[in-house]
Amino acid sequence: MIEGISIYEILTLTTILFFIGIYGFLTRRNLISILISVEMILNASVVNFVIINKYLYPDVLQGVLFSIFIIAIAAAETALAVAIIINLYRQISSVEVKDTEVMKF
Amino acid sequence: MERILFYIIALSMIIFAIAAVSSRRMLRSVIYLLFVLVGIAGIFFLIDYNFLAAIQLTVYAGGIIILIIFSVLLVHHIELKLEMAKPFRQFLTAIVCLIGIGIILTTIYSHQFEVVENNISTTTAQIGSKLLSYDSGGFILPFEVISVVLLAAMIGGIVIAKGKKLNEKNDN
Amino acid sequence: MNISYIILVPLIPLVVFLLLGIFNQKIKPAVSGYVGVFGLLASASLSLYAAYHYFFISGKVDGTYQTFTEKSIWMNFTDALHIDMGILIDPISMMMLVVVSIVSLMVHIYSRGYMKGDNGYTKFFAFLSLFTFSMYGLVLATNLFQIYIFWELVGVSSYLLIGYYYTKTSAIAAAKKAFIVTRFADFGFLIGILIIGFYTGTFDFETLNNPEGSAILNWAATSFMGLSVITWALILIFIGGAGKSAMFPFHIWLPDAMEGPTPVSALIHAATMVVAGIFLVARLFPMFYFVEDGFALNIVAYVGAFSALFAAIIAITQTDIKRVLAFSTMSQLGYMMLALGVSGYDGQEGVGYMASMFHLFTHAMFKALLFLGAGSVIHAVHSNYLKDMGGLRKYMPITNFTFLIAAIAIAGIPPFAGFWSKDEILVAAYEHNKLIYYVGVFVAGLTAFYIFRIYFGIFWGKEKTYNHTPKESPLSMTFPLMVLAFLSITAGFIPFSEFVTADKNGFDAHLNYSLAAIATAVGLIGIIMAWVFYKKENSLSDKYAKAFGPFYKWASDKFYFDEIYMFVTKKILFKRVSGPIAKFDNKYVDGTMVGIGNKTVWASEKIKGIQSGKVQDYAFAFIAGVVVIALVSIYLLTS
Repeated sequence: MIEGISIYEILTLTTILFFIGIYGFLTRRNLISILISVEMILNASVVNFVIINKYLYPDVLQGVLFSIFIIAIAAAETALAVAIIINLYRQISSVEVKDTEVMKF
Repeated sequence: MERILFYIIALSMIIFAIAAVSSRRMLRSVIYLLFVLVGIAGIFFLIDYNFLAAIQLTVYAGGIIILIIFSVLLVHHIELKLEMAKPFRQFLTAIVCLIGIGIILTTIYSHQFEVVENNISTTTAQIGSKLLSYDSGGFILPFEVISVVLLAAMIGGIVIAKGKKLNEKNDN
Repeated sequence: MNISYIILVPLIPLVVFLLLGIFNQKIKPAVSGYVGVFGLLASASLSLYAAYHYFFISGKVDGTYQTFTEKSIWMNFTDALHIDMGILIDPISMMMLVVVSIVSLMVHIYSRGYMKGDNGYTKFFAFLSLFTFSMYGLVLATNLFQIYIFWELVGVSSYLLIGYYYTKTSAIAAAKKAFIVTRFADFGFLIGILIIGFYTGTFDFETLNNPEGSAILNWAATSFMGLSVITWALILIFIGGAGKSAMFPFHIWLPDAMEGPTPVSALIHAATMVVAGIFLVARLFPMFYFVEDGFALNIVAYVGAFSALFAAIIAITQTDIKRVLAFSTMSQLGYMMLALGVSGYDGQEGVGYMASMFHLFTHAMFKALLFLGAGSVIHAVHSNYLKDMGGLRKYMPITNFTFLIAAIAIAGIPPFAGFWSKDEILVAAYEHNKLIYYVGVFVAGLTAFYIFRIYFGIFWGKEKTYNHTPKESPLSMTFPLMVLAFLSITAGFIPFSEFVTADKNGFDAHLNYSLAAIATAVGLIGIIMAWVFYKKENSLSDKYAKAFGPFYKWASDKFYFDEIYMFVTKKILFKRVSGPIAKFDNKYVDGTMVGIGNKTVWASEKIKGIQSGKVQDYAFAFIAGVVVIALVSIYLLTS
């Protein structure tokens, strides 16, 4: 519990963070930037888990534990994403989205 | 005091988040993200989840950010200015995101949360024993699965990053 | 009598066909010839044994030849109406088995010599086997539908074999013509079958042909335009038969079919396939005879008589020897038809039926012989035309001799085969209808004249100088000639009336001496006229041709029937009827469909940009969609 801060304010913060992440995901044209935006989205949800655990069900730890798992998965995901980015760079010398449009039509 | 601290942290997080998604220099963008992550760790400290805050700092701020910085340095010029979407597209996306924020916030504010006033502080030992418990509500199975996933991700990362050259474009 | 072994008779040629057809490229020509000949030898011996078994060992029960069937249901429409597959053994199918197997065997042997060195040697034998199989299936069929299936199969084999020299435009055209004309007639056949199936509730020959059966007794139940529907069905079936048997007015395909190799003409277009129409009428004879007092049968008689006369006149004027033989075939088929048409049913009354079958039998022998002899001549001089031949008797003694025997046989001079059968036909016609009888006698004279015209033209006449001296054909070709010549002499002595009659009881036939004398005299007059005109080169024939004036010209142009057909189809049907329909189809029916397709392509051209391949575009659409759905579900649906 944070003195004087209700759950609404914290949820507002995470919502804004989440949508900033989505905005970045949609507007950036670079794979690493997209990765950064995804991290932001993930973090916003992690905070949500923790806050809800703390404010609504303080006597259990599920939210915290899930946050730990999310962080672990995020770490794995980032490692793989970086590996893919590097591999892609070695193949087409670019990590721009516009160069990876093979799914077209 | 805590309240002021929270507002400062929240405000700086939002500012840095916006900076992170709008900066046209890659490395700066990553550093702004680092600040956002540190801010989240600060919130964890504020609500008395010290262990989680430590994990946040070590794994995210220490590990993931370093990883991303490495990849940036491997594939970019530091001074390279990045391309952004067309202004109209940015505007459209911003509108959609604002509407999304509006919807979710109105939903949140119209919901009555049953907040439990408490001052329980959680120790690392509690988290550890819960994580390794096989009683009901224990997390031993997901924990083990996560370890396997991490191993697979590690191997996969190595295999993918090592991959053969498919064309000679990057020679010059 | 256990008849199940007879199923092997058609199956052996089928196996040979599959063998030669599938391994067409792998088999050496020499081997394929032997495979074809020995396959057919086996099947021919089986059918001869079966005939012996049927007529002599099994024989008559209570004075009647029994009908044996062995069949299984193939397609079931209702409990009563089903299509069977099986074999039906009765006197005419046994007789046809004998005819088909003998002629086919001879043609197979002959082809080994005639087709030697041809590129499609194996293919040729494969097609011959296919044809033989289909013909066996046709004569053994137990019901109308089965006969129809094999009917079409012989049509296909005929098409394949006429178009055998597929690099020749005229051969392709002839093959198509034969197929289209017979197919057109078969349409009538099919409708007839359907009418019969609908009104009698069965396709089965045994049920249909039973004189006491419901199919025949209830013929008057339904009528259409003044005639019983069954009569209409029989007329339509006869149209199918007329198409296959080249009766007027469906005769136009037969002369053109001579574009095929000569052995094929002998087998298909003289001895076997073209008699399928006769066989069909004979197969349904009780129906033809009893339904509406033989109204349909009268049509058969008149069509037959007219075709016989018509073709005989044209035959006199043709210069291509194979075409002369083709028109002669048509004329003789007309003879058989008219014999069926004037026949009664019981005992002595059924002499026409018997004579028709008898003539079918003897005609198969001597006409095949004529064709094979003509093939031998063509093989030697490399031309079909009379003007390129003459005086060949010195070079080709065996061909000359056998051809002469066949010519005498067809001219109806005793004691050769044609005399006996033709005499029976004239007896039947005399007793039934005088007009038809006079036509028959006249045609007999014409027959003798035109056949000796080409005989003298080929083997006597003016001496020609040939580029390379013609020589007698090899034994593989002359052996069948000799066998068939022997049969042409002796076949007439078979007491046919004992074996094959309409009521299956048999009767004693006896010569009507006065009628026989008249027929023989007419035949002799024909021969003598041909002798005078063509024995030595002279201008008599030209003089008489001039005397007939335009009539001669009409006849030599086949009375312009091809031109009439062309006019009707091209100028009237294609231009006035099919043309506008095709235009409508193209413009509106196709146009609508093509338009729908084009519009779809156009629309997708326009919107395919949405599928840009950029993940972010997809994600944008996804999130925008989620937002919209959330808006809708929160503010519109829950209010």
